[in-house]
Amino acid sequence: MLPQILAATYVDSFTFGVCAVIVLAGAAGVILARNPVHSALMLVMTLFGVAVLFVAQEAHFLAAVQVIVYAGAIVVLFLFVIMLIGVDRVEDTSQEPLRGQRVAAAVVGLLTLLMVVFLARSSGWVTGASAALPPGNPGEDRENVELLGRAIFTDWILAFEVTSLLLVIAVVGAVVLAKKPPAPLAGREEPDGVRR
Amino acid sequence: MSIAPEWYLALAAGLFTMGAIGLLIRRNVLVMFMCVELMLNAVNLTFVTFARTLDDINGQVAVFFVLVVAAAEVVVGLGIIVAIFRRRADATADDLHLLKG
Repeated sequence: MLPQILAATYVDSFTFGVCAVIVLAGAAGVILARNPVHSALMLVMTLFGVAVLFVAQEAHFLAAVQVIVYAGAIVVLFLFVIMLIGVDRVEDTSQEPLRGQRVAAAVVGLLTLLMVVFLARSSGWVTGASAALPPGNPGEDRENVELLGRAIFTDWILAFEVTSLLLVIAVVGAVVLAKKPPAPLAGREEPDGVRR
Repeated sequence: MSIAPEWYLALAAGLFTMGAIGLLIRRNVLVMFMCVELMLNAVNLTFVTFARTLDDINGQVAVFFVLVVAAAEVVVGLGIIVAIFRRRADATADDLHLLKG
């Protein structure tokens, strides 16, 4: 295992090492930060690290989309909602509804990780045959975006169209969910008396 | 020669584990949502790794669709969270055990 990573070029090893640290540190920050805003910023760090790893594996289009959609749209949406509902709510971590649940969760998670690594190590990380060469003239070096575009708009065109339907449904659903509820009937109190 | 795929897969497994642990130990609904995003990213990383290793662009196509579904999921999920917060003042998942509005 170690000779393999030493056989890689210096730049590749350095990039991978730095990004791995960034990704894992960001993930730890998401879990451990008290303030949800800090969690969101740590999430951005992890997403950037993953984007760089995409570039390192020649998935240039996906790296760009990762930054634009995830870091640009999804995290901003998270921050909007955090601001909307207030950042001053401190999570009460002192009381545990289920005793020992946190410790049990951490232990089970680590055991799962060990099991996955052990299984992959004992039976091979990557199995399966390489795909046939992508369509095009042999020997011609094709751009990642071109390959991806060809695959999506020929082989996966139906899934692509269904995706547009999904997005429309999501937009309509978000609008319906975010609408103010109709005024309650006269004489009827809210169950908990909270109106915001 | 570039980094062996095993390293990427191990990193993705670690990232997925951290997301799963975070989902289990946190009580804030928003942070739990972010942990789901971490797990999605870990799976995306494995997809891209396999796409490179097996020289198959379809792995990247899968990541593309995962990204779209994740975006839609976040929109609807945050809409639900906002709708819940409008009615209740509390931020933790334990207080949402009643299924009536």
